[in-house]
Amino acid sequence: MGKNGLSSITKKLIMAISGAGLVLFMLFHGAMNVVSIISQDGYRWICEFLGANWYALVGTMGLAALMALHFIYAFVLSYQNYKARGRQRYAVNERPEGVSWASKNMLAIGVVVLFGLVFHLYDFWAKMQLAEIRGNAPVDGIDQIKFIFSNNYFSIMYLLWLVAIWFHLSHGIASVMQSIGWNNLVWKRRIEILGSFFAAIIVMMFMSVVIYYWLIV
Amino acid sequence: MNITLKIWRQRNASSKGKFVEYQLNDVPAEASFLEMLDILNEQLVLKGDDPVTFDHDCREGICGACGLYINGHPHGRFKNTTTCQLHMRKFKDGDTITVEPWRSEAFPIIKDLMVDRSALDKLIQAGGYISVHTGGVPDANAIPINKHNADLAMDAASCIGCGACVAACKNGSAMLFVGAKVSQFALLPQGQVESADRVQKMVARMDELGFGSCSNTYACQAECPKNISVTNIARMNRQFLAAKISEPLK
Amino acid sequence: MELNSKIPNGPLSEKWTKYKTEQKLVNPANKRKLDIIVIGTGLAGASAAASFGEMGFNVKVFCIQDSPRRAHSIAAQGGINAAKNYPNDGDSVQRLFNDTIKGGDYRAREANVYRLAEVSNSIIDQCVAQGVPFARDYSGLLANRSFGGAQVSRTFYAKGQTGQQLLLGAYGALSKEIEKGTVKMYARREMMDLVVVEGRARGVIVRNLVTGELERYSAHAVVIASGGYGRVFFLSTNAMSSNGSAIWQCYKKGACMANPCFTQIHPTCIPVHGDYQSKLTLMSESLRNDGRIWVPKDAEKARLLREGKIKATDIPEEERDYYLERRYPAFGNLVPRDVASRAAKERCDAGFGVNNTGRAVYLDFKEAIQRLGRQAVEEKYGNLFEMYERIVDENPYVTPMMIYPAVHYTMGGLWVDYELQTTVKGLFAAGEANFSDHGANRLGASALMQGLSDGYFVLPYTMQNYLADQINVPRFPTDLPEFEEAENAVRQRITKILSINGDTTVDMIHRRLGHIMWEKVGMSRTEQSLKEAVEEIQALRKEFWQKVKVPNVDGMNTELEKALRVADFLEMGELIARDALMRNESCGGHFRAEYQTPDGEAMRDDEHYAFVAAYEFQGVDNEPVLHKEELKFENVELKQRNYK
Repeated sequence: MGKNGLSSITKKLIMAISGAGLVLFMLFHGAMNVVSIISQDGYRWICEFLGANWYALVGTMGLAALMALHFIYAFVLSYQNYKARGRQRYAVNERPEGVSWASKNMLAIGVVVLFGLVFHLYDFWAKMQLAEIRGNAPVDGIDQIKFIFSNNYFSIMYLLWLVAIWFHLSHGIASVMQSIGWNNLVWKRRIEILGSFFAAIIVMMFMSVVIYYWLIV
Repeated sequence: MNITLKIWRQRNASSKGKFVEYQLNDVPAEASFLEMLDILNEQLVLKGDDPVTFDHDCREGICGACGLYINGHPHGRFKNTTTCQLHMRKFKDGDTITVEPWRSEAFPIIKDLMVDRSALDKLIQAGGYISVHTGGVPDANAIPINKHNADLAMDAASCIGCGACVAACKNGSAMLFVGAKVSQFALLPQGQVESADRVQKMVARMDELGFGSCSNTYACQAECPKNISVTNIARMNRQFLAAKISEPLK
Repeated sequence: MELNSKIPNGPLSEKWTKYKTEQKLVNPANKRKLDIIVIGTGLAGASAAASFGEMGFNVKVFCIQDSPRRAHSIAAQGGINAAKNYPNDGDSVQRLFNDTIKGGDYRAREANVYRLAEVSNSIIDQCVAQGVPFARDYSGLLANRSFGGAQVSRTFYAKGQTGQQLLLGAYGALSKEIEKGTVKMYARREMMDLVVVEGRARGVIVRNLVTGELERYSAHAVVIASGGYGRVFFLSTNAMSSNGSAIWQCYKKGACMANPCFTQIHPTCIPVHGDYQSKLTLMSESLRNDGRIWVPKDAEKARLLREGKIKATDIPEEERDYYLERRYPAFGNLVPRDVASRAAKERCDAGFGVNNTGRAVYLDFKEAIQRLGRQAVEEKYGNLFEMYERIVDENPYVTPMMIYPAVHYTMGGLWVDYELQTTVKGLFAAGEANFSDHGANRLGASALMQGLSDGYFVLPYTMQNYLADQINVPRFPTDLPEFEEAENAVRQRITKILSINGDTTVDMIHRRLGHIMWEKVGMSRTEQSLKEAVEEIQALRKEFWQKVKVPNVDGMNTELEKALRVADFLEMGELIARDALMRNESCGGHFRAEYQTPDGEAMRDDEHYAFVAAYEFQGVDNEPVLHKEELKFENVELKQRNYK
């Protein structure tokens, strides 16, 4: 943009790096969640470990910053892109072969993910780490999981949310590689497949917890 | 074959445009899409109407002048085909065909289906060349070039500058166009001398001209009549980020 | 008017060096004060403008398309010749010179052709330095291929898109100068007239195609690089906007037109398929390296093919007549273009033609696919095969291609001297717009060579020599009476065309002109056909000015653009026919049926016609005056071309 503004590629880099950070966090988060299926005590230990201590708080703030960057630049870029598209739109427009639906709707999916996140933070984080920060006693992690996922409505909403996350990541992970320039003719298809696969693993880790506590326990 | 055409008509840059419907009968299947429009225009002229204005020149898919948005796709929906190489046999009798101009903020409409793509020239002017002057260059075989890279450079250089990538992009981005040019020179030893400057200047110009940025949907590659790969964009990103760190422009 | 070719003295191989050492120069401070107008941004125009800009002149460049990158040089497929001798097959400057002179059927100027061969190597160096991605082999060094009319492999290529890559190289150089500000680019402008002040070219009137306004530009010198006039034939391989109007305006302002009848018919084009057809598509001549051209031996089989009762693949090997290999065993399918074209016409006229029109012959890759494998063929010609399939809807890997000759290139053009200056002082012509280097027939891969030679390596020298004594001439105001007058004349012409409001479109008349030209002034001409052509063109011209219908709209008016060009073609066609009528011999692309050897080869008359015919305009309805520039051949022996 303007003389002092960041270039479009730099903005994309910010999206890519913040996105990659969030993906890594999700991997970490998902792995921890799976522990709740294997060992409830183990999970409780993790909850305690990530309470209101300095390293967990630094991590949380870092995450919040990544989230904010990802969110702000998503809107900045989308607005610029919207303007670049021009006022007059095509009367007939067809998605070409080889272009994924997710890639064309990242902002919309991202907003859905964000809404889900707000609820999710309210359901868990607010009652756990935040409560601790405010000096209240945090709820028991396992109890809270059981409480939320015993509700059919919540469970279904969570599953749908995770599907949205999968769509977002299925494009996002490969997209990170493209934006930072690690893509070429040989690896392009491989990266796309690995990206979707990786996204599926992450999402399945979360889903397994929902399904376990909703339908099995 | 008989067809119905819905064509965007707009007198000039400042006037408001609209779709006008035309019925065209007995279109030969062997005719190209542009020849079909010639037939329509001949009828319009004889009726005393203003014929449909569109850019076209070589009519063999290389000059990059033609470019119509046909039924929701730049150059129509067939792969590796420019508008001038699209033949009527690809349509069916009774079809309704919607024809629109490229739509992007960087490509204002001049008249009807003709748009102003001079922004693409301005992109090249920013640095899409090797700054040698005439004469005083080394022998052509003085610098051997790895065949693989030379071939990749050729593929990137096949861009015809039609602007279909911009037209197809939901962000009105010219990243494929710029990426292809940056890549062509980045792959050749002759071009590497100034590649850090080139990529920064071209990207800065691209942003100045109001093109959007890439969201990696790859509609550009899917619609590019010369099948230019988006991996050229990745190469540009790589070049750009490296240049910003090691040799940033003042 | 005296034609002075200004060829430097001395031995052929030293003339250009001698010229360069003796020419006058302009110092850098003075260069900034001098303006040059360049019309056209093809290989010649873009390379010249970029080079002038680098030297420090002030350059104004005009092109008809929306971008300088779209000039029709872009469509050249096959390659560019140079005497590098990289393959070690015996090539040299002298041999490239010999081949070009012989290929042109001894109707080109020795000194010009030698210079062309001499600078050919620098062109390749220049283009490689610009990043033109020429084909390379695994060593990383440049690859070459052979082309029609040569026995060595001297053609450099970039897939089937050599013209595109070379043009983009020149366009890059031009863009660099535009960015620097030495060159000012005016796109979507069409030259409408040349402005001559006190006998020197001093400016142009152009029409802004977007606004429809007329604009005036002045300069110390004008370069015409507007390409050829092949579209006088309506159907040709030229682009839709290619036209001869710029050179025609120069002709009307006193520049001589040279050898207008030398038009090249390219042998390997996709055959005509219908009346609505707007242009013909060339299949690169390089296909003749591996493709074999044939028709059936039996006329009856040809008839069945035409009626669609049998297919080409039904004809067994022994019933195929590989007529080029039969008639020209030494060169076979690689004979020069004019020879290949006429041979195809001869077979079709004799009733052996295929396709439903009977106007096509086969170009078969069966043998090549067997010899090299399908993959190798695909690598070499894949994009051409694809293009063919898209247009004809037949797969050339399975069914032989069908080809037929089509108008492709015009060797004739503005008469220029050794400095590329026309008979109007300060008016230069480069590339296809001039007549200079190809004689009566251009060899494949030589057009790109000539365009770039003129632009990069000839004009930058000769232009300085001209401008050296112009340094005291101040910039010209565009309100001189000469500009006023020229602009008014253009305006009147436009008003007149718009006011006719008849009942026939521009294309209808153009198509009829094309028909006359193709049938009567085409591949084979006779005194009778040419006389008829002159009359018919005159009548058609009259009809145009009475019956044409051009919508009267402000601003962008594409029909008006076409009408103005066709109005000029209607005059040009007549000159072509007159020149062909005057030239009582057959040479190169000019084949007069009366002048042929017993076995049907072109018969030159060196005693009477070894000259350049340069015509001076005398008014539209008057016969032009013919000036002859005698061609002296001191370094080659004039021989009947023999490709047997």
